[in-house]
Amino acid sequence: MATIAATPAHAHESHAHPTGLRSWLATVDHKRIGTLYLFTALFFFLLGGLEAEIIRMQLQGPNGHLVSAETYNQLFTMHGTTMIFLAIMPLSAAFFNFLIPLQIGARDVAFPRLNAFSYWVYVLGGIFINLSWLLHAAPDGGWFGYAPLTTRAYSPGLNIDFWVLGLQILGVSSLAAGFNFITTIINMRAPGMNLMRMPMFTWAAFVVQFLIVLAFPVITIALVFLMFDRFFGTNFYTTAAGADPLLWQHLFWIFGHPEVYILILPAFGLVSDVLPAHTRKPIFGYPVMVFSLILIAFLGFGVWAHHMFAVGMGPIADTVFGLTTMLIAIPTGVKIFNWIATMHGGSIRFTTACLFCIALVAFFTIGGLSGVMHASPPADLQQTDTYFIVAHFHYVLFGGSMMGLFAGVYHYFPKITGRMLSERIGKWHFWLTAIGMNLTFFPMHFSGLLGMPRRIYRYDAGQGWDGFNFASSIGAYILGIGTLFLVWNIIKSLRSGTRAGNDPWGSPTLEWAIPSPPPEYNFARIPTVTSRYPLWDMKQPVLTADVPHTQRGDKEMDVAIGGKTVGHPHPAPAPQSTRVAESAMHIETETYSAAELGIALPDPTIKPLFVALGLVIMLTAPLFMHEAQMREIAGNAAGHRTAMTMFWVFALGGASLMVGMLYNWLLTPLESAHH
Amino acid sequence: MTSVPLTAGHVAPDAHDPHATSTGLDNKKIAIWAFIGSECMLFASLISTYLIYKGRSKVGPFPHETWTDPSTGKTLHAILNIPVTSASTFVLLMSSLAMVLALAAVQNKNVPKRTTGERILGNSSLWLLATAALGITFLGFQAYEFTSFVHEGLSIRTNLFGSSFFTLTGFHGAHVTAGVIWLLTLFAIDRKRGLGPRDEVNVDIAALYWHFVDVVWIAIFTLVYLIK
Amino acid sequence: MAHSTHPSADAAVVDHHGAGIEHTHPTWSTYWKVATILTLITAVEVWVYYVPAIVHSRWFVPILLVMSAVKFAIVVMFYMHLKYDHRLFRVLFTGPLIIAMITIVALMFLFGKLAARVGGMG
Repeated sequence: MATIAATPAHAHESHAHPTGLRSWLATVDHKRIGTLYLFTALFFFLLGGLEAEIIRMQLQGPNGHLVSAETYNQLFTMHGTTMIFLAIMPLSAAFFNFLIPLQIGARDVAFPRLNAFSYWVYVLGGIFINLSWLLHAAPDGGWFGYAPLTTRAYSPGLNIDFWVLGLQILGVSSLAAGFNFITTIINMRAPGMNLMRMPMFTWAAFVVQFLIVLAFPVITIALVFLMFDRFFGTNFYTTAAGADPLLWQHLFWIFGHPEVYILILPAFGLVSDVLPAHTRKPIFGYPVMVFSLILIAFLGFGVWAHHMFAVGMGPIADTVFGLTTMLIAIPTGVKIFNWIATMHGGSIRFTTACLFCIALVAFFTIGGLSGVMHASPPADLQQTDTYFIVAHFHYVLFGGSMMGLFAGVYHYFPKITGRMLSERIGKWHFWLTAIGMNLTFFPMHFSGLLGMPRRIYRYDAGQGWDGFNFASSIGAYILGIGTLFLVWNIIKSLRSGTRAGNDPWGSPTLEWAIPSPPPEYNFARIPTVTSRYPLWDMKQPVLTADVPHTQRGDKEMDVAIGGKTVGHPHPAPAPQSTRVAESAMHIETETYSAAELGIALPDPTIKPLFVALGLVIMLTAPLFMHEAQMREIAGNAAGHRTAMTMFWVFALGGASLMVGMLYNWLLTPLESAHH
Repeated sequence: MTSVPLTAGHVAPDAHDPHATSTGLDNKKIAIWAFIGSECMLFASLISTYLIYKGRSKVGPFPHETWTDPSTGKTLHAILNIPVTSASTFVLLMSSLAMVLALAAVQNKNVPKRTTGERILGNSSLWLLATAALGITFLGFQAYEFTSFVHEGLSIRTNLFGSSFFTLTGFHGAHVTAGVIWLLTLFAIDRKRGLGPRDEVNVDIAALYWHFVDVVWIAIFTLVYLIK
Repeated sequence: MAHSTHPSADAAVVDHHGAGIEHTHPTWSTYWKVATILTLITAVEVWVYYVPAIVHSRWFVPILLVMSAVKFAIVVMFYMHLKYDHRLFRVLFTGPLIIAMITIVALMFLFGKLAARVGGMG
């Protein structure tokens, strides 16, 4: 920014971030990108919630007539797709972005511009897939999009085209972010931040990135097959040509089950960091928490076919996948007990964040238990495709992921914006959410066991489902009102929230050692870490007195994988004497500009936005190809030519924008050397 | 034992190299290896599908067997052309050799060259161009293969074999194409300002990508072309 | 690992380009040898394809798979210098590779390509 060089006398004012629209479009600052993720994802969460409310209005009583069957299909498909890909994953990504560099003591992620690219692809992909509403052609094949049902023969409209292309776009975003965060966590840690000192959230994020980079390629290929089938007439899902109708299901669930852990593990990580801060106790069994994460992730690739017991895979496959599924409950159960043990004997402060953590432990356990129930194939055959399954995965995703993410929002909002959320409104939000959630989803266990199938838009009276559905709908309305309290809370806090200060909760990890919101360079001096709980060691040593963790780590401050040390050690820490002399720990309260401190920051750039835009334009092109094919069939030669012209304009225009901007980006250094 | 955290007071802000990494490794190399790991799953999905659908096509042409069309009585021969593909496989293997020589030439740019042989081996532009040219040759073989298949009656729509074969090898071909563009870009930079030891990582990650595309072809050559 | 023992007392500023790959690099002669071996194996693979006695024996597929795996491993170890490089890269590559292979094998079983399933194939 020109002002920095021109007006050194007033440099102290220039440390405030520039706030114009352009500064947001061109930002490469992980904190700003995280903030963008947070608010975009909350918007999509409201949108997905609205879709759910309409679904519940339709099902409130027998023979509902609010929406047509077609609209209903679009509503439940878009509800699932929105909540999974546009709300929960990006909410997790908001915390990945904001927290990972702060928790490991870094100035930014490994590839700041790639990070901006991920966000822009996400938001453009979200807009793309929702534009289908304007054409009354929202995806209608379920979030799982089972082929052959979603092939052109059975789903001729644009609906599934939007879904296939939209998911491809969103996959690019997740994959790019995955490589970025893997590199960041391996390679950007502050001196002394060895792997077993990393905060639990960073650990969860680390594990999740591996799930993302290994699971998303599989859905990419499954979607490519579907795209080719729909646009080029290939036979991957054409049973008449001998295709196996289970191919899609297998490929989808090889992705889909790790995806479940992609949705839940970040919430687990948040709870594992938020709970200790509010119970004033270190997390119980840190190494076990880490290894259970890794075990869950690894086993997560070996359980996919439990989604498919009903298709008849034979007793061997059923047994194997039933067993692995039951096995994965063990590391998950370990985490539940460790959270309970963390709370046990702690001096718990029942803040809103803490309440949401406790809610996760309680509600996720209910969802986990029903999950173990349908790990058994005979039981699953009774439950599959009924509302029992809907109850199960909403307890896991709402009772688990969302509760953890809400806990994260209440805990970290002060760090992100510098202002506290209101505890009073927060309590309203919490209790309405907790009551509404259970009233919505608990009765679904019963309507499901009474045989109510999923995805029906209407049901007859007198099957014993009426009361349960009514309760579910009332619960959903309460949930909706509860969510409005969150919106109110956020708006109120942004306008007039109490200033937070560095560390409003007395938390133990690095991100609380710097001002809220953090300065753009994060840490004026990169900290040297000697413990898992650096701030408690300094401010409340009694809390970590019996944590036996990290003395060994001081000698080897590098990565150990499989018990073997790898890599160059960091610059050695100062001798003990020096550190004792400076034991007044440096908690950074003053903010200066990066230029004053001589810290090189990446230059803002709008190129990632344009690369993302080019990509999305390019992937919009096939929609015109479909239109051209329709017009050709209808004998409209001129219309066919127009549509094909549009196809080429979008395909080539998007591709050239993408490639041109990408070259421009790659050939421009990250930071200019102007200071 | 309480330890003293967050000191770093002994280090002035600038004394700490902002680009130092926890492992001493370059970020780009970690990212490219993570990317290659991810690509393993991508090609695993493609290869699995090819193998699952092997022998399930209802109509020919087939890869290794002749097929007589019951409606026309016309006989279609086994379609895979092993001699041609063996040649293209050899070309791709040689491109990997050229690639390692290009990387070595960049790494040893500042080592004095005495003989003509050393000067040739040390010519990074030559080897980068050779790698790209061999890649283009491979793509030429693939274009020939695809067009001749279409002439013999196998398109991506014909049967399950056609769909899964063209998609698998087409994805591989697309990876080769991206690699060729990458290599030509490095070649252009080398001509413009000369790549030296400080660009080693940039050439190395291109090389890792290129070799990975090569090993994928090693798997495809055996699983698709040789196993009947 | 060569570079773990690399003296690092003075490595306060870590060499950030290419640290860790300059030691014990394979030489030009290694590269040529590897290329020769790869060519020979490829020649044997193609030769095996044309020998009916081998094609019809039950060793045909295992022989080809082993030769292919050897080529794969040689390229990865020498050309991708994983043999000489940081252990971390080996973990980043072999972990996903193992998951990918297990997935392929599992799918082959599930689609009845590897073993007769109880109850037969639909």
